[in-house]
Amino acid sequence: MSALDTRRGEPPHYSQIWTFRTPRAQLTLWVGWLALVALFVWCWQVMNANTLWIFVTDAPDQAMDIGSRMFPPRLAYLPELLMPLWDTLNIATLGTMGGVILAVPVAFLAARNTTPSALLVRPLALFIIVTSRSINSLIWALLLVAIIGPGLLAGIVAIALRSIGFVGKLLYEAIEESEAGQVEAVSATGAARAQVIHYGIVPQVLPAFWGISMFRWDINIRESTILGLVGAGGIGMKLQSSIDTLAWSQVATILIVILGTVVVSEALSARVRQALI
Amino acid sequence: MTPDSAYSRRWRRPPQLVTTRGWRLMLPLLVLAYLVLALGSLEVDAGRVVEGLSRGARFVQGFLQPDFTSRWQDIRQGLIESLTMTLTATVVGVLVSVPIGIGAARNLSPRPVYLVCRSIVAVSRSLQEIIIAIFLVAMFGFGPFAGFLTLAFASIGFVAKLLADDIEEASASQIEAIRATGASGWQLIHYAIQPQVMPRLIGLSLYRLDINFRESAVIGIVGAGGIGATLNTAIDRYEYDSAGAILLLVIAIVMLSEYGSSHLRKYLQ
Repeated sequence: MSALDTRRGEPPHYSQIWTFRTPRAQLTLWVGWLALVALFVWCWQVMNANTLWIFVTDAPDQAMDIGSRMFPPRLAYLPELLMPLWDTLNIATLGTMGGVILAVPVAFLAARNTTPSALLVRPLALFIIVTSRSINSLIWALLLVAIIGPGLLAGIVAIALRSIGFVGKLLYEAIEESEAGQVEAVSATGAARAQVIHYGIVPQVLPAFWGISMFRWDINIRESTILGLVGAGGIGMKLQSSIDTLAWSQVATILIVILGTVVVSEALSARVRQALI
Repeated sequence: MTPDSAYSRRWRRPPQLVTTRGWRLMLPLLVLAYLVLALGSLEVDAGRVVEGLSRGARFVQGFLQPDFTSRWQDIRQGLIESLTMTLTATVVGVLVSVPIGIGAARNLSPRPVYLVCRSIVAVSRSLQEIIIAIFLVAMFGFGPFAGFLTLAFASIGFVAKLLADDIEEASASQIEAIRATGASGWQLIHYAIQPQVMPRLIGLSLYRLDINFRESAVIGIVGAGGIGATLNTAIDRYEYDSAGAILLLVIAIVMLSEYGSSHLRKYLQ
């Protein structure tokens, strides 16, 4: 009809009302949600096949009971916690040092621009990183307590093994991101391979390296507080024995100490990292 | 005398991080003092360690020759518990953390709501999963239900915090534009916020799914069900070949899910 009729020539299914999504996208979205809900319901049923609901329904009573036993935290227990706390700090610090020392060569072998062989060595280094990252420090501790006996050493080694993956991954990414121009400038002076790494790459990744180490130290403080649950020393041992003897007021004291330590170490690590950047 | 001779003839690398001379001397001394103190309080029973090395060798052997068959029933049950627990906990955790995340965003919520939501996030983040699991097992009994609650609780802190930070970074002009059309609060969230943060939220949920699976391998140690319980039993029985099999399965699933979720995230963004 008139030239002003803009609808002419458009596909007939186009709506003149604006909608958020096209009908097809809407349909896909609903099917996706339906699938997710179905999966959730199925998983829920499989998971709770053996759940005794009677224990779940009396949980509020249990919570009240534990809460009332915890409530005045037994502060007289504090002096006994000082030595385990020192042990915990040592586990975290020595473990971080060990982990960082082991992680540096792994990171240089894993970074694409410094690895001696991208075909053979790099996958191996990446495998070390993945293995260390996917096994939690508590599981490392569980294994090490069985192998080298309960005590601080197992905790330190567990923290170190777990830190390799974390530090290694972040460090090798930093190495790969380092600027190629500086490396080229150093190698243009006729520097040997080791000298190129020393003068071209190390200065570029040094701030990142200290930042990563501090960050991992902070995480390790958190993790080392619970390693004692499996016998690897530190304040977690006290936690375990207090729970085993149902001394909930002591548990409350220990939790306060752990929380305080974590907050202080987090603040410290954040300060240092801020100063580095 | 030429002024040149005042300078050193050899180039030396300038100090990079610690530029004060005093600190450069002090820091190694402090570290050394700490090491002496720390190593001094370390009691290592050398005999026990040597004795343990043969056990360590047996464990490495078990890792190289894993035994999937003899405990397969237990391993299967543990894996099913872990996987179902991971999925349900992530779904519930994300669903709960969306309102908390919106509440904890400074640009959307009134101050009291903001403070309440931020403190929920802080509590959930500062407590270790294991410690939460100990309490929830004591309250809800052994088994994967307690594990599900633990992981859901831990997910809330993680997802809600990152979601809130993302909402705070959302472009203000889009919010302004939708508000200018006279949109209500709900419509504002639906049309201005949601399209901006949705890809990030999906990425976060997938990442949390990954973390939850890893954590589910741990909280079993304190009785919250899952593959961790099976692993703990295997190690307690000194069955290192079964333990090796379980660890290999965990590593394989973690690698698979990490690979899969990074691909999915790339595809979605």
